[in-house]
Amino acid sequence: MATDFAFPDSAAKAAGAEQEFAPEKMSLSMGPSHPATHGVLRLQMELDGEVLTKCDPVVGYLHRGDEKIAENMTYNQFVPYTDRLDYLAPLANNMAYAIAVERLAKLEVPARCQAIRVLTAEMARVSAHLMGLGAFGLDVGAWSVLVHSLNQREHLYKLFEELTGARFTTSYTRIGGVSRDIPDGWLTRVIAFCDQFEPALEETLSLLTRNKIFQDRTVGVGIISRADALAYGLTGPNLRASGVSLDLRKDKPYSGYEQYAFDVPVGSKGDCYDRYLCRGEEMRQSVRIIRQVVAAFPGGDWYAKDARKIFAPPKDKILTSMEELIQNFMIVTEGPQIPAGEVYFEAENPKGVLGFFIVSKGGGVPWRMKIRSPSFCNLSILPKICVGTMMSDVVTLLGSLDFVMGECDR
Amino acid sequence: MSASVDAITSLKGKFPSVTDRLSSDCPAVSVPTGELISALKSLRDEHAFDLLSDVTAIDWAEGASPRFTAVYHLYSTTSHAAIRVATPCTGDDAAPTVPSVVPLWPGANWHEREAYDMFGITFEGHPDLRRILMWDGYPYHPLRKEFPLAGIETVLPDSEVAQETKAKVIPAPMMGGPFVASAGEMNLTDAEPRAKDESWSERSAKPGA
Repeated sequence: MATDFAFPDSAAKAAGAEQEFAPEKMSLSMGPSHPATHGVLRLQMELDGEVLTKCDPVVGYLHRGDEKIAENMTYNQFVPYTDRLDYLAPLANNMAYAIAVERLAKLEVPARCQAIRVLTAEMARVSAHLMGLGAFGLDVGAWSVLVHSLNQREHLYKLFEELTGARFTTSYTRIGGVSRDIPDGWLTRVIAFCDQFEPALEETLSLLTRNKIFQDRTVGVGIISRADALAYGLTGPNLRASGVSLDLRKDKPYSGYEQYAFDVPVGSKGDCYDRYLCRGEEMRQSVRIIRQVVAAFPGGDWYAKDARKIFAPPKDKILTSMEELIQNFMIVTEGPQIPAGEVYFEAENPKGVLGFFIVSKGGGVPWRMKIRSPSFCNLSILPKICVGTMMSDVVTLLGSLDFVMGECDR
Repeated sequence: MSASVDAITSLKGKFPSVTDRLSSDCPAVSVPTGELISALKSLRDEHAFDLLSDVTAIDWAEGASPRFTAVYHLYSTTSHAAIRVATPCTGDDAAPTVPSVVPLWPGANWHEREAYDMFGITFEGHPDLRRILMWDGYPYHPLRKEFPLAGIETVLPDSEVAQETKAKVIPAPMMGGPFVASAGEMNLTDAEPRAKDESWSERSAKPGA
């Protein structure tokens, strides 16, 4: 006795039901308080099943009006605000800002000051990339990477604290120099850090690079073409992963970067995996630069001594000499005297190109300061590349773009 | 740098009204608003300035002519030269206007939205000119020089949510102005000469309050 199952009927019914539901789209709001948005980014998405049909990033939740604030205070007073742009690499921001103002003043800082700045900026790059990598691993389900990278960041923070007095908000540079010279024996400890960091980095990267799960989630996901990357003004590792070899440390060297040998890693596909590989290689190159800086560390002054209207004299001189007292008083009350003009300086920061456009009418306060933040530009490509990706890949994509909202919203 | 100088020479040949602009770093030019798009297009296509680093604006304060200047920073990923292009905004102070460069560089989209948000500059031809950093419906343009540093109290964006849920929405305290620790008995402007907004203090009401 044969039983007659009505398979074709139920299949047809299911197919009909699918058509019935097909045109309906779901709108989903992700953030501003969501662990995968790395801060206060909100994505207003439109989903067709699990595929995105529209993505509108909403930024500005962390807007503090830094540019307005900058117009109302002296140049040195703004240094702490630059810490809070890309708060994962404050030392690099400090340096970019100080060089921008120095370019406006046509001021050259001594070789020792340049070396200190390069050294700290590269350490900041390592620290920022470690965080970016750890968070990216976390986003795609690899917990242990974050633990390894946080451990290494702790070593770096100890060095930062010894140098600047603060772990996170370093406020290290001044216009025309840095806030203090390096402590005794600090360079030895930097090298000791490098010695233990290199094998540790390889171990950390080995958790991801050949990891099947990680590759499945990142290879071929979130591809940004070379043309798109340029058209949307992407910079930093995100642009280089798409195959454009643009690194301002090589192409428009500043602060003596031309003295150091290092390679610029460039991706071929522009997917999330390439962006990860670029960051990993950049850390190796940064360690290479750090070793070269320490090996040829210049002596001499660590601030521009001749810039009497810009850099405050040493404290013991202020307390004993009339001229230095007046000089210090003028710099503190009126601000460093910067000539009138317009300047736009870009530095290669961990997240990309951080630019300061400063319009000065002379005196100690800028007339207008625009901060061109890499995270803002990197995020502007989201509406373009998110369309057609799976919902779960959005998290991977955000992790691979490695943005910081403090810098995006300013 | 010579690539930028060459580009400027050729640009001047094409557009006689292009003039040099004072700059402390890369070469800079001023372009009349009408020729902005064709000048930028020529820089992009003929001189390989393929990366638009930044779009921003400058407010030269009330009464200045032009009141607003739009500034574009271009970079060439092949010759590694940089160039700055500035153009005055047309229209009156309330609604300055400049053509949008989004058709040339899609990346200008967010930059122009930011300049619109902060200065109220209308970018003609922009596909989606909304506020970006401030919320929709915010009534002011904060980077204009007449906007006080301490801000002006407005209805908060979630006030209707607060009405609905009976949640309490309290704005951040503004007493004593921003980054002024304690003015004590002194007037704000006396205590903090750098906070140059003198339109209000603890003893006189805020404008628009």
